[in-house]
Amino acid sequence: MEKGKGIMGSGGRWAVDFSDNSTAPPSRDIPDPPGFTRASVDQDDSTVSRQKKDAESNWKAQKAWEVAQAPFKNLLMMGFMMWMAGNTVHLFSIGITFSALWQPISALQGVGKVFEPYKDNKVDLLGPKLLFIALNLGGLALGVWKLNTLGLLPTHASDWVSSLPPAQEVEYSGGGIPL
Amino acid sequence: MAIMSFIFVFFFFSSLQPILSLYEDQVGLMDWHQQYIGKVKQAVFHTHKTGRKRVVASTEQNIIATLDLRRGEIFWRHVLGPNDVVDGIDIALGKYVITLSSGGSILRAWNLPDGQMVWESSLHGPKHSKPLLLTRNLIIEKDNVLIVFSNGRLNAVSCIDGEVLWKKDFEEESLEVQQVIQPPGSGFIYVVGFAASSQFEMYKINAKNGELLKHESTAFSGRFTGEVSLVSSETVVALDSTGSILLTISFHNGKISSQQTPVSNLLEDSPGLAVIIHPSVTGIFAIKTDAATIFIRVIGEGKLEVVEKTNHETVVSDALSISEGQQAFALVQHAGSSIHLTVKPAHDWDSNLLKESIKMDQQRGFVHKVFINNYIRTDRSHGFRALIVMEDHSLLLLQQGAIVWSREDGLASIIDVTTSELPVEKAGVSVAKVELNLFEWLKGHVLKLKGTLMLATPEDIAAIQHMRLKSSEKSKMTRDHNGFRKLLIALTRAGKLFALHTGDGRIVWSHLLQSPHKSESCRQPIVLNLYQWLVPHHHALDENPSVLVVGRCGPSSDALGVLSLVDSYTGKEFSSLSLVHSVAQVIPLPYTDSTEQRLHLLIDADKHAHLYPKTPEAIDSFQSEFSNVYWYSVDDDNGIIKGYALKTKCGSNVADEFCFDSRELWSIVLPSESEKIITTATRKLNEAVHTQAKLIADQDVMYKYISSNLLFVATVAPKASGEIGSVTPEESWLVVYLIDTVTGRVLHRMTHHGSQGPVQAVLSENWVVYHYFNLRAHRYEMSVIEIYDQSRADNKDVWKLVVGNHNLTSPVSSYSRAEVITKSQSYFFTHSLKAIAVTLTVKGITSKQLLIGTIGDQVLALDKRFLDPRRPVNPTQAEREEGIIPLTDSLPIIPQSYITHSLRVEGLQSIITVAAKLESTTLVFAHGLDLFFTHYAPSRTYDSLTEDFSYALLLITIVALVAAIFVTWILSQRKELQDRWR
Repeated sequence: MEKGKGIMGSGGRWAVDFSDNSTAPPSRDIPDPPGFTRASVDQDDSTVSRQKKDAESNWKAQKAWEVAQAPFKNLLMMGFMMWMAGNTVHLFSIGITFSALWQPISALQGVGKVFEPYKDNKVDLLGPKLLFIALNLGGLALGVWKLNTLGLLPTHASDWVSSLPPAQEVEYSGGGIPL
Repeated sequence: MAIMSFIFVFFFFSSLQPILSLYEDQVGLMDWHQQYIGKVKQAVFHTHKTGRKRVVASTEQNIIATLDLRRGEIFWRHVLGPNDVVDGIDIALGKYVITLSSGGSILRAWNLPDGQMVWESSLHGPKHSKPLLLTRNLIIEKDNVLIVFSNGRLNAVSCIDGEVLWKKDFEEESLEVQQVIQPPGSGFIYVVGFAASSQFEMYKINAKNGELLKHESTAFSGRFTGEVSLVSSETVVALDSTGSILLTISFHNGKISSQQTPVSNLLEDSPGLAVIIHPSVTGIFAIKTDAATIFIRVIGEGKLEVVEKTNHETVVSDALSISEGQQAFALVQHAGSSIHLTVKPAHDWDSNLLKESIKMDQQRGFVHKVFINNYIRTDRSHGFRALIVMEDHSLLLLQQGAIVWSREDGLASIIDVTTSELPVEKAGVSVAKVELNLFEWLKGHVLKLKGTLMLATPEDIAAIQHMRLKSSEKSKMTRDHNGFRKLLIALTRAGKLFALHTGDGRIVWSHLLQSPHKSESCRQPIVLNLYQWLVPHHHALDENPSVLVVGRCGPSSDALGVLSLVDSYTGKEFSSLSLVHSVAQVIPLPYTDSTEQRLHLLIDADKHAHLYPKTPEAIDSFQSEFSNVYWYSVDDDNGIIKGYALKTKCGSNVADEFCFDSRELWSIVLPSESEKIITTATRKLNEAVHTQAKLIADQDVMYKYISSNLLFVATVAPKASGEIGSVTPEESWLVVYLIDTVTGRVLHRMTHHGSQGPVQAVLSENWVVYHYFNLRAHRYEMSVIEIYDQSRADNKDVWKLVVGNHNLTSPVSSYSRAEVITKSQSYFFTHSLKAIAVTLTVKGITSKQLLIGTIGDQVLALDKRFLDPRRPVNPTQAEREEGIIPLTDSLPIIPQSYITHSLRVEGLQSIITVAAKLESTTLVFAHGLDLFFTHYAPSRTYDSLTEDFSYALLLITIVALVAAIFVTWILSQRKELQDRWR
């Protein structure tokens, strides 16, 4: 107990820095290994980094497009599930419909976050973003359509007149067989 | 998919017939049942042996019943058919109740202890005559014999098995037999009567074999009226048709000798028309005139002597043999708020065996009948008990100067029922007699909790059941949240109003309508109907509600009307009016005056409309609606339906601003040779309709034709108006009409060929259901007609509906001639019907059920969905979703849906439904001879917890959960703290 407290008390948190400092000159204490010329590395440095950056932005653009297309698969799966759920209102179909509605909405809310890792000056994210939004809107539309086929949208006349009170009558008449 | 649809179908069918039945321990929680026997016509005591003392009674409602003499409870009861009128009852051999009924043609013996029928014989004869039953101890060859004269034939019937031992016909055409006399100890029978109204006939018959021993007759100058009074075994007294001459006829040893005595000889003042009121007290008879009752004694050979003359209302009982050769009879007289019961020996007028004065409730009116019985006291003297029948048809047993028990048998003949709310509960005013204190409340809940947790012992369970049944909550005299507690105000044929509490059926107050008695002009008042006069509402909340009783002076339709206004809380009659016009119809209008009194139009026989209440405010509020008020009359004798509008004030001879002339607008004349009106039905005035649209499959919509001016009329072929089976199917048809009563437009007409009445119909919302007999199929049928407004059907544009750009809720006029379509369907039904009604809820949202009064005097609930005209053979998925049941040819009778469960409402007449404040619940009151009341939820009580919901368990669960939360919180805190210290 005492010991443990002492260790915790001294608070020695330690960390290892894995940052690549290969380009930085090593500390003078340690000489370069034989046959290693630092200058040649330094020379190619700019071209290599440019190439690397290009590759990276390409990769990012590619990834962004992939991410943008991801809802499409989702869309297909949703469609299949909806077809499976049938057109009657019960727990399963309602669950699927609401998840079909919720997924695109939450995805649309997080558009910025989804494309955050691919943000780059050189990468044009507008295209993927638009595709992503369009696909999610498509998913949303699918959900709404499903909601409608379930009869949960007030799109019929019956939804608006179902609680309409009977019209008042102008005339009043009474009577019957004489007492 | 297949599994899912299977599951769906399973759920659909399991939800189709909600379990509406009761558990055994729920009987009596919401419902009550009361049994009555009606106005007693004749009563016979059975007090000889040591067993339970009882009295056998026959009533005007054709009931034979035996009552416990100690408490007045019914031992057993038999309701004979409406045409099986009881003519006489007696007890034979000390163990059989003998009844003669159906005009003397059916003689039955019932076992006295348990009421089982022992034998029945039918007695037929050559002609109709007055039925007479005689049960003296006549023994022929060791066989006890009943002598019955009926249908012109004298029969001797064995008591043991009902076998007719001998019979003797009296076929002489004009002979009216008045009395059959069997002098005690002799072997012969006298049959006396009148022939051709002026000839006295006497037959002497051998009692052993029915042989005619002697026949004598004497002619008189005058004519006889009906009754003769037997003053001794060989002397009768009769009155001639002018009511002024008394004839004393004696036929000693077969010789007829007579004496005429003018009534005016006995009384100084001219008494007017006299009638003999009571036969068969030896030596004494009574005549009654307008002013007085006179007791006359017969002395010696036809000499008459007045023994007493009384101006009071007097009722005399039959003679009662108290000991060998000694007879006694009872007199009951009114004096103020008490009655005097006097028992006198027959031979000595001046002495009294008993004289008692009993305080009597004024609300019972006059004594109508008295029956006496004697018992031997411990000191060997005679004691008497008297059973009296009052003006309000109630039955009381008097003994030793006190009322031992009373029965409110007036409730067996209810004419009309309405309801009234109870007073609002006020703080500080204790209205319940027994307010539960906290301890009892807690104890009750603990017991209930024990029951829920199945820890209760049998005694506890009994205590719980008792507590549930006797809950003071349901019988409080204040309004409740759910609207279950109300007053049922019932008007009986005797002219008495009863207020029954819906909680336990007790009588809160009763009031005999007195006003007709006070006036001399109104001799024979009869009550007709009951209406709600004042229902406290917005600005008249402090007023007591009141009801209007409409009556008339005498049975003819042009007799003058009488109105009474009675306070619903106290039962006080605060106003009564003798009208100067007759009452043919009463039309409650949907308007009220400033004091919330409902306006009523009274139509008289001359088709003048009179507005009540007669106040200036009433006329003001009526003037604005004047041109929109119409009325109609259905003349079922001539087959004419006429509609009228109101014109301006009455003609010049009646200067009355509340009186209006009528102008005939339309008339529908049905051909009298082919159609006869048998039934009409209209919508209930207070029925609430939630919506005008009916949603059908595929989210389509149909608009109901909802009109309160809809009249359903059913007519049959005049030939077929008799009993079922009296005509062939070819000669018989049933035509139904739906008529708009403002314009006289026939909205729908349909003919059912080969069908016959009687028709029972109910009209609600936009549909009518009616029940009739199909002669071709030999089965009863029920048909439904639904009527829809086709002219509204194009209101299908969603956007117009969304923005409210439609005219669906604007007021409509019947003159706009809506285009209607009808849908109808017929189904077989097993039962014949006595009454039909429909459930009524406060907003009309809950689905409807039909309440059917079956021939077995039970009330059966039948879902309206079974009577849907759109039931297809194979419903599509969408139609199933809508709740449409596949078509079947007959309507199912589900044994659990008898809302009267194991009880019967004998002589069921009508079923009344009243909406509670809780939308799911209808209050149902069925009455006939018996009364039955219950709560009924057509779609189960979806808007409240059930009565047996355990609040204590809920409370304890919540408390336990909260405690558990605290405990675990504390424990987790401690644990965390310890973890940190580690």
